Amino acid sequence: MDIFLQQLINGIVLGSIYSLVALGYTLVYGIMGLINFAHGDIVMVGAMVTLTVARLLSDSGLPGPLVLGIGMLAAIPACMAVGYLIERIAYRPLRNAPRLAPLITAIGVSILLQNLAMMIWGREYLSFPQILPTQTMAVGGASISAIQILIVASSTIMMAGLSSLIRKTRLGNAMRATAQNPEVATLMGVNINAIVSITFVLGSALAAVAGMMVSAYYGIAHYDMGFILGLKAFTAAVLGGIGNIEGAMLGGLLLGIIESMGAGYLGTLTGGVMGSNYQDVFAFFVLILVLIFRPSGLLGERVGERP
Amino acid sequence: MKKYLKLAAYAALLLLLPFATGLALGKTWVRILDFALLYVMLALGLNIVVGFAGLLDLGYVAFFAVGAYCYALLASPHFGLHLPFWMILPIGAFAAGIFGMLLGAPTLRLRGDYLAIVTLGFGEIIRIFLNNLDTPYNITGGPQGVDLIDPIRLGPFSLNQPPGHAVYSYYFLFLLFALATAFVSMRLQHSRIGRAWAAIREDEIAAEAMGIDTRNVKLLAFAMGASFGGLSGGLFAGFEGFVSPESFTLTESIMILSMVVLGGMGHIRGVIFGALLLSILPEALRYVGPLEQSLFGKIVVDPSSLRMLLFGLSLILVMLLRPAGLWPSPARKRELLAHGDTAKHENTGVYDAGR
Repeated sequence: MDIFLQQLINGIVLGSIYSLVALGYTLVYGIMGLINFAHGDIVMVGAMVTLTVARLLSDSGLPGPLVLGIGMLAAIPACMAVGYLIERIAYRPLRNAPRLAPLITAIGVSILLQNLAMMIWGREYLSFPQILPTQTMAVGGASISAIQILIVASSTIMMAGLSSLIRKTRLGNAMRATAQNPEVATLMGVNINAIVSITFVLGSALAAVAGMMVSAYYGIAHYDMGFILGLKAFTAAVLGGIGNIEGAMLGGLLLGIIESMGAGYLGTLTGGVMGSNYQDVFAFFVLILVLIFRPSGLLGERVGERP
Repeated sequence: MKKYLKLAAYAALLLLLPFATGLALGKTWVRILDFALLYVMLALGLNIVVGFAGLLDLGYVAFFAVGAYCYALLASPHFGLHLPFWMILPIGAFAAGIFGMLLGAPTLRLRGDYLAIVTLGFGEIIRIFLNNLDTPYNITGGPQGVDLIDPIRLGPFSLNQPPGHAVYSYYFLFLLFALATAFVSMRLQHSRIGRAWAAIREDEIAAEAMGIDTRNVKLLAFAMGASFGGLSGGLFAGFEGFVSPESFTLTESIMILSMVVLGGMGHIRGVIFGALLLSILPEALRYVGPLEQSLFGKIVVDPSSLRMLLFGLSLILVMLLRPAGLWPSPARKRELLAHGDTAKHENTGVYDAGR
């Protein structure tokens, strides 16, 4: 029971991070029908910037959460700028190109970001300074740490904020209109280029926060950390129904729970044959299963080749 | 007559190239030529998937790995099996094709983007499995891989003979396979299937309306590309005598994709050109390290990351500036540069041609 509760908590924490990243995929996909392969690497940039700031300030005597906050304030604009530039340089010129073209530039951007990061921050694993209190709270036999609470709370707030932004504001209205039919939206006075840019920038801001969480939670950052993370978050977005905001949140949480349950029980279930070194494989099988049985995802509409 | 003379000149060039290279630059460069031919095969295989059928495969190296491990496991002391290469190569190609089918079946009826991301994942997953399948039964040898793989043998003649000159014999074997791959690709392109692929690439709905079973034809392209990868993998394992998961990273997949994109998707000569360019040119980057050392007194930019950086850049720049590649086929050039009405008509969505 203790293991179950503990893995559930870990899963929810992991899931909140996946949700934030998945939202970035889903936002961009919903509006443009494009998978932004470089999104995982934007998360990496966020993690690296936060880590750099935290390292600089770790000896300054400022309280830990404040340092983390400053790191985040540095990471968000940095990621927004990266997201904006990617859209401007790599995607916008290809809007009327065949579909293969933006996919290929997307993977090119991802490679470019990874290698630039490797040049700036090196190829070693960078450790995150220990700035948050490490004591844990016991809840029914399981333990929760401060950072875990922080992650779940802040991602919930961000998701709620995003939801109301999209449902209730003029901007959200314009975004939804663009998603439905860009041409008609233009006729209604929506500036499509601006909306697309804003979408990218919003997704990148979420990615920055996710990057801060990942690096602080695992205490580590690496130039290619965005790859597997992006893959999993994409899986989460597909699981929930890509293009669907609530779907991304649900899919992220579910995937996080599936993964940590799997990692916790796989060893005992298979008699020690498969261990937690297979953790990264789960997301992939979930993705394949979803694509076979319910390609539209849990909350999504039908996604065919041409709906 | 002139045609035959030209052909004879090409043949003489290809036959003499390794010896000239060996004399002028040393055996290291002959080895680079061997690898270049291997990459030509891989690029042509991926070209069937990406260039002909327009399906983006980002984990192509996984099929290469399947072929290589097939060869390694069936012709090494690891399991004590020593099958001859003419048996293993088809097995490897077949196994890779099966993997391709398994991967393509759930994804190919969906939008192309799903295939891209699933293949991307598969490329990583297969590496995780290769790395971990040494317990509880030692199947893949784990991170250490499999070594002491038998060389390719033609009857009593091993290609590792005469000792120290293996690079030359493998050059001719690889040349034979590369030419065969190019020939098969050419025949495929203008066959009924090849035309079906082109139709699907251009407009899937129209293709379906013309009576093409799009799903099966796409699956065929995917499986066929995969089996070419498996075949090259077998040759690679026999040549190297050693395989480990380290050889099958995402980097390799991206490199092969860059070759296809840079050379010109769907254009066989362009793809061969791209493969040769990208497998030989980066070797020149090995001189960048010492150059930086002498210019700045230290290594400023790691040459290997510089190589990847250039690949990433080339993918972006080619797509933006020359979407049909450096050496486009005349027909493809027309299609890709079709501005105006056709392009507009096909693209009602902001990005997505498929809406």
